[in-house]
Amino acid sequence: MKTKRSGNYTWRKIKSALASAIAFISAVLVIAPLGLVFFHLVVNGASSLNWDFFTKLPAPVGAVGGGMANAIVGSLELLALAGAIGIPIGVLGGVYLAEYGSARINSVLRFLADVLNGVPSITWGVVVYGMVVLRFKGFSTYAGGLALGLIMIPLILRTTEEVILLVPNGYREAALALGVSRWKTIVHIVMKTASKGIITGILLALARVGGETAPLLFTAFGNRFWNHSLSQPIAALPLQIFTYAISPYDDWHRQAWAGALVLVTGVFCVNILVRILTRGHTASVV
Amino acid sequence: MDHLVMETPERTVMERMEQGTAPPPEAETPAACTFEVKNLSIWYGEKRAIDNVTLGVASNAVTAIIGPSGCGKSTFLRALNRMHELTPRTRMEGTVLLNGDDLYSSTTDPAIVRRRVGMIFQKSNPFPTMTIGENVVIGLRLNGVRNQKFLNERLEKSLRMAALWDEVKDDLHKPGTSLSGGQQQRLCIARALAVEPEVILMDEPCSALDPIATAKIEELIHELKAKYTIVTVTHNMQQAGRISDYTAFMYLGRLIEFGPTTKIFTNPTEKQTEDYITGRFG
Ligand SMILES: Nc1ncnc2c1ncn2[C@@H]1O[C@H](COP(=O)(O)OP(=O)(O)O)[C@@H](O)[C@H]1O
Ligand SMILES: [Mg+2]
Repeated sequence: MKTKRSGNYTWRKIKSALASAIAFISAVLVIAPLGLVFFHLVVNGASSLNWDFFTKLPAPVGAVGGGMANAIVGSLELLALAGAIGIPIGVLGGVYLAEYGSARINSVLRFLADVLNGVPSITWGVVVYGMVVLRFKGFSTYAGGLALGLIMIPLILRTTEEVILLVPNGYREAALALGVSRWKTIVHIVMKTASKGIITGILLALARVGGETAPLLFTAFGNRFWNHSLSQPIAALPLQIFTYAISPYDDWHRQAWAGALVLVTGVFCVNILVRILTRGHTASVV
Repeated sequence: MDHLVMETPERTVMERMEQGTAPPPEAETPAACTFEVKNLSIWYGEKRAIDNVTLGVASNAVTAIIGPSGCGKSTFLRALNRMHELTPRTRMEGTVLLNGDDLYSSTTDPAIVRRRVGMIFQKSNPFPTMTIGENVVIGLRLNGVRNQKFLNERLEKSLRMAALWDEVKDDLHKPGTSLSGGQQQRLCIARALAVEPEVILMDEPCSALDPIATAKIEELIHELKAKYTIVTVTHNMQQAGRISDYTAFMYLGRLIEFGPTTKIFTNPTEKQTEDYITGRFG
């Protein structure tokens, strides 16, 4: 077999260099939007980030200054409510799928959870509007928390199921062989082994719904003042950003940028936390 | 006892017969039985994995189960503490008595059976989220024991019995998974001993270990039989010869031959046993 050795070699080198270049450009294209977003937020929003922003209510129309304190606290309240609904149901559902149930029913449940994960988030807002807001005749913190909690359920359910299935069967058998009951084995051995993975799933779900705006539009609605009751409308960071961004005032635009910067930083911090959690030895990472 | 560590693997049935530590060949069936297995059959779905096995497991002795892979050794062993029931679609027939108690009566809780019959697995499996100390007492903890003094006593006692205390007594707070393979397997033995079972089942406990770690486990098995009845599955015929008093040879789910190890290895009745032991198949 005759081949033009040197010609071949040069051609291979060119191909290799080309492939490297394309890979590099793709990598840059992936990172670029993130860098761009962050750069934009800092340029436009950092100047409005001050003590007032975190401690004051929004200023009345026309007045300069004010902050988003109520929206930040409101977001945290909504997340707490959403977590109270989404975390227990999602985690227990995931445990059920991984440890109990028949294969046929479980594959149906899994399919439904995947469908729910694909439902546009505004749908949840509409559903809760119909079920809660209309029935109780008013926007409320409950409704907002419920909408976010419903979004969290299938997210947490699927990640919990996946990390629980990653726990080697040998640990279940070891515990059962000691005469430990099935549910204690699941809680104290299986879930404990998978705890970092479960917590990671919960944090990512919280970060995801923390930035949701659409499901809050017809549920929590937003509020320019402090919220004093869970049955009253409540402010939330994404809602406040939305309201300010579409307003005609330059000062509000700057505050919207600042709010977005705070939101992105929060999500960023959660992701860092997840990275820290998932570091360390692999056996207990799952 | 240190000299035993290196010596054990080389000891053969013949030597032990000369030393008189193996039971005499004429003791065909064990005198006192911990387990009495009668007409045991087990199915996985439609497939019959154990076919009408009857045998008695001698008290305070080591019974080895040998046979080619897939012949049902693990299934038989797991039927002795109802672990096989964890596999979906299994079915059993026959009876298994543990010191006279029917393990499969409708009123028997499998968790109680497993507290009485401990199990060591082929792959050592200390819990990765727990320290060495926590691993040993977790069985007691999860079964409701709260008394810290009692737990500490049982911790030391179990680790001593598993010949691990001296190696880990200063490292009880370190993760169980930080130990070497052989130490992890002895940790699992300590964990099983901590709940004070009546019997210990071992499914190829040394097959993932190096020769020195294997020798330590074999010596440990030898020491444990003073207090416990032991049933062990092994792939390794030399090992069966070294450690066991009785040997059961299984083939295709059936018990082909069962008797004192010395007899099985030197003068088997069945042609199949002889062929397997001399390495003609399996
Ligand atoms: N979980 C299972 N499901 C179906 N069949 C199984 C299962 N476990 C074992 N078997 C079958 O039962 C037979 C005995 O297996 P096993 O007891 O593991 O044999 P051994 O331990 O002697 O290698 C084999 O034919 C195997 O294919
Ligand atoms: Mg096996």
